[in-house]
Amino acid sequence: MRLKPEDLDKISERMKATTLLREGAGNAKIIVHMGTCGIASGARKILSSFLRLVEEKDAKDIILTTSGCAGLCSKEPMATVELKGQPPVKYVDLTEEKVVRIFKEHILGGKIVTEYAFALGSERIS
Amino acid sequence: MPRFRMNLMVCTGTGCVSNGAFRIKEALEREIQKHALQDEIQIVTTGCNGFCANGPIVVVQPDGIFYQMLTEKDIPFLVEEHFLKGRPVQKLMYVPPETKSPVPHMRDIGFFKKQRLIALANRGIVDPEKIDEYIARDGYRGLLKALTSMTPVEIVEAIKKSGLRGRGGAGFPTGLKWEICRAQPGDEKYVICNADEGDPGAFMDRSIVESDPHSVLEGMLIGARAIGASHGFIYIRNEYPLALKRIKIAIQQAEEYGLIGDNILGTDFNFHVGVNRGAGAFVCGEETSLINSLEGKLPHPRVRPPYPAQSGYMGKPTNINNVETWANVPRILQYGAEWFAGIGTEKSKGTKVFSLVGKVNNTGLVEVPMGITLREIIFDIGGGIQNGKKFKAVQTGGPSGGCIPESMLDIPVDFESLTKAGSIMGSGGMIVMDEDTCMVEVARYFLAFTQDESCGKCTFCRIGTKRMLEILERITKGEGKEEDIEKLEQLSVNVKMGSLCALGQTAPNPVITTLKHFRNEYLAHIRDNKCPAKQCKCLITYRIVPDNCVGCGACLRNCPVGAIAGEKKQLHVIDQEKCIKCGICLDSCRFSAVMVS
Repeated sequence: MRLKPEDLDKISERMKATTLLREGAGNAKIIVHMGTCGIASGARKILSSFLRLVEEKDAKDIILTTSGCAGLCSKEPMATVELKGQPPVKYVDLTEEKVVRIFKEHILGGKIVTEYAFALGSERIS
Repeated sequence: MPRFRMNLMVCTGTGCVSNGAFRIKEALEREIQKHALQDEIQIVTTGCNGFCANGPIVVVQPDGIFYQMLTEKDIPFLVEEHFLKGRPVQKLMYVPPETKSPVPHMRDIGFFKKQRLIALANRGIVDPEKIDEYIARDGYRGLLKALTSMTPVEIVEAIKKSGLRGRGGAGFPTGLKWEICRAQPGDEKYVICNADEGDPGAFMDRSIVESDPHSVLEGMLIGARAIGASHGFIYIRNEYPLALKRIKIAIQQAEEYGLIGDNILGTDFNFHVGVNRGAGAFVCGEETSLINSLEGKLPHPRVRPPYPAQSGYMGKPTNINNVETWANVPRILQYGAEWFAGIGTEKSKGTKVFSLVGKVNNTGLVEVPMGITLREIIFDIGGGIQNGKKFKAVQTGGPSGGCIPESMLDIPVDFESLTKAGSIMGSGGMIVMDEDTCMVEVARYFLAFTQDESCGKCTFCRIGTKRMLEILERITKGEGKEEDIEKLEQLSVNVKMGSLCALGQTAPNPVITTLKHFRNEYLAHIRDNKCPAKQCKCLITYRIVPDNCVGCGACLRNCPVGAIAGEKKQLHVIDQEKCIKCGICLDSCRFSAVMVS
């Protein structure tokens, strides 16, 4: 395929999700806690639900990643949602239904789902 | 298009490949399949990450976690712990010697902190074999600008204004070179990319081609547009198989997209490029020799003037630039000449890539802004000298550079300052030496290289370097005479003056600078028959200290020539007649009983 000038930007747009992922520079970041406790209480399913939603919406500037146990094993599965310029929000006792709502209202809509939120903020890593 | 939540950037530069990077990649693939994560985690092969000393390297994105010195057996644990359960694995991270605590993020590692990437901006971020990834990182936008919103004269002006100077060694202003070539009459002109990097221990250009070949192609396209050329050559060493493979893939992909060929991006601009492999002669890195070689002639330098810009390949105006110079061009057009001119020093703009090697802790490929000090490069980025030894000298600019002593470590790294210190920027080799390095031997080693690589055209370079080498060999054998020093100095001047090209003109640099800064070492060899660094085999002897020897037999077993005798638990003795001074006894003794004198 021979490129026309405007095709360069089309390729960039198509690749945007990959570029942002590698630069670690999305508008929103979802961290699913995947410690043993998280996995045991179904974090894997939570991760897959988020991944499916991101794919469905083709939302390119959302980064989905994992981390270990957040230290609050009794409230797993947990996820932390960080919107650019806002403090991270921790959601606890997640289910697939809750994930759908959090994704729609908080990640896409920018409004924290307070009923599921546990706390604002996140621990510091040295 | 599937969405991945994680990208594993596996360094597949030549350094990591030789340490088993492809085996690491296969192991990752296997384990990821095993945990059924293949739809969530993408493995990407990238060019050289730069931290070659600690390869094989994998950087995990989006979090930027840096894993180093990986082995196949680490992979199952790594995949399960981090990629499945999200717990980064500390024992595979970088641990700085001073703090002893692992550093998870690549950006926090001292080696990377002080670097500024322009030529290597895409290293470790794109897969060099996928053109879309280059385009996604604003690739070919400089070309687009050059073709659609700038005239060729404006392109030349932009490069002139940026202050970009040739990165291959001499530091000639790139914009001026283009302007001269552009001003020549005739429509048949050529651009050449010099990728014949021959300096021992230098791998800047190889790494650029391996990690981001499209940046070089885009630079050449812009240069060709500016000077009015429609054909180009990439002259690359045959010893660089991976770089060769990647540049060929890049050309093919660019051709498929119509970025190389006729009517590029729908404009009237045509450009075709060919790849030529160099057969390994050092002198071919010199531009006129390279052009002769390209024409199928013996690689001898030509008399200048006329310069290649006036009469180059097949007698036509030819613009030849080095890999790193070309790689800088697209970014200058894209971000503007002022942006580039804002980085660096008054006369040396932008950044420079160095291959930092020798006795430093963190060997590898670094890109730093011009004007940074040698001390910052060696101690902050390089992490200081190995095994807590003392720094002695750094040689910049490859075999024809000079050795810079500790007293001059705070000079800024730019073209003028390095020349003033008796060395050169060269193409960017940087070899660090510690207290155990004999400076006479260093001078001999480098001169042996340039002497061997002299093409033989100029008498002084051919015979003068030979005589100098003979004198240096004599001195390292303890057979030097007082008048040798004066002879070396005289010959150095003559070889410099009597040679046509930079090979001869710079070959005496290691001798001149070591004579200037380390004259005492020469005198110790000549007057006292001593090698202060205890390296010159003819001037040292290995002995066993009776008080320390416990008669364990370790040296006896390891000696390759059977020069050590002694009963178990009795004092051992080295037979000086048989000893070949290999030093194995010294390395194998655990009781400090072997001494060099």
